[in-house]
Amino acid sequence: MLVARYRQFDLCEDAVQEALLAAATQWPSQGVPAEPVGWLVTVARRRLTDLWRSESARRRREEESGFDPPPEVPGVDDSLQVLLMCVHPDLSDASRIALTLRAVGGLTTAEIARAFLVPEATMAQRISRAKATITKGGGVFTVDLRAERLAAALHVLYLIFNEGYTASEGGVLTRVDLCAEAIRLTRMLRRTLPADSEVAGLLALMLLTDSRRETRTDADGHLVPLADQDRSRWDRDQIAEAVALLEEVLPRRELGEYQVQAAIAAVHAEAATDADTDWAQIELLYRLLEGLTGSPVVTLNRAVALGMAAGPQAGLDLLDTVAADPRLARHHRPDAVRAHLLERLGDRDGARECYRRAARATLNRAEQRYLEDRARRVQDGRGAPPSH
Amino acid sequence: MKYLLIMQIDPTVLENLTAEQSKAIEAGHGAFIDTITKSGELIGTQALADPSRSAVVASRGGTTVVTDGPFVEAKEYMGGFYVVDTETEERVRELAAMIPDTAIEGLAVEIRPVVFTMGFGLTEPEAS
Repeated sequence: MLVARYRQFDLCEDAVQEALLAAATQWPSQGVPAEPVGWLVTVARRRLTDLWRSESARRRREEESGFDPPPEVPGVDDSLQVLLMCVHPDLSDASRIALTLRAVGGLTTAEIARAFLVPEATMAQRISRAKATITKGGGVFTVDLRAERLAAALHVLYLIFNEGYTASEGGVLTRVDLCAEAIRLTRMLRRTLPADSEVAGLLALMLLTDSRRETRTDADGHLVPLADQDRSRWDRDQIAEAVALLEEVLPRRELGEYQVQAAIAAVHAEAATDADTDWAQIELLYRLLEGLTGSPVVTLNRAVALGMAAGPQAGLDLLDTVAADPRLARHHRPDAVRAHLLERLGDRDGARECYRRAARATLNRAEQRYLEDRARRVQDGRGAPPSH
Repeated sequence: MKYLLIMQIDPTVLENLTAEQSKAIEAGHGAFIDTITKSGELIGTQALADPSRSAVVASRGGTTVVTDGPFVEAKEYMGGFYVVDTETEERVRELAAMIPDTAIEGLAVEIRPVVFTMGFGLTEPEAS
């Protein structure tokens, strides 16, 4: 376990060096950014790197001394207590989600059933079973348990938001707005736990993602990739609120995956056009996220960012290091990323083949349509022009 | 994630089952339905008539024709299905293995992910 932890440290120390290098070469020529979001990105870069150093030093001290961090005072807010009960470790994520929406969100069983496209009887059964499970354990949490439960609760809120955002199965019109519900619950949690940086990070991430929602599909319901979205229609109020949150919590030096993901979304929000995107910064943030999560999906995202920052071949080289990861087996994303990078490299046949493979493997119909469309476009030579 | 569990049946295998085997299959499906209803994973299930009762509507040389009999003459046919909603792919494989057909040589259950769902009373507006 220690090895795993130190391996993470190594990765992140690489990131620290890169950040310092980037800062040394870019800042003197660019000066201090005037835009607040720009300012944030600069802060994020500094803080995340500083932060990582102090975090690793703190952990090392703790490990050497054999001390646990001091306990937090348990919250007294009822809905927080209920939320922590809803994410009982014996429950599946599906049950945690259903119970959270029912007990904390106050949605009816019928509404939740409709949101997840299951019969009401099925959802009622899931909820009553989940209730029976959590009442066995009682509602008193030790400090360690509480931190664990809070992390699980954030994950559940994140899943609720994502379900609403990707709307993975049809019936969109009659679905409860799960994004709005996830944001509402996270806001509630934020009011109860203003000192928790990851709660704020998650709220910022949701707001930044949601700010793009209207531009994510066209009039026919087809997916519009980030590069082609009408940025003038991104919700500036949501972006401003998220940026204020990040400005507040990033200086606290309590790095977590939601804050880093939100920082990435903020870099996108900062760019006036797709061409203005600071891909080097995004690549760096994905590197930090890689260290925090060890997820091969994050490495896939980093390959996209690296492909934009350093050219498609660099992206492909990174992709090759992770594509064979068994956790990505039967997953469509490696092929989708490869297709995108091959297209930018000018390899139309290779790109078309990979787009088609990805389209066959995805389980999301909107994404399938998008990938099939890209395959047709690259065949007709209407795809994105090769760059770099 | 929703999955379709397709019962692939061979009518000659079914005809040659012993009385005990036939009874075990019936009881096994009952127990399976009970399990996935209680766990909140059952969306629905249907059993289909023999493929000899099928009719196929298709375009042949520019005209639409109706032919009695199955789409493809084969040894195995879809005999029925379950639609389940499970958390993971491991879980749906576990569920498929509980279906009694998988204990009989010559029968099988195929797992296919569902990517779109409408109807079945899943999307009707709330009554209140």
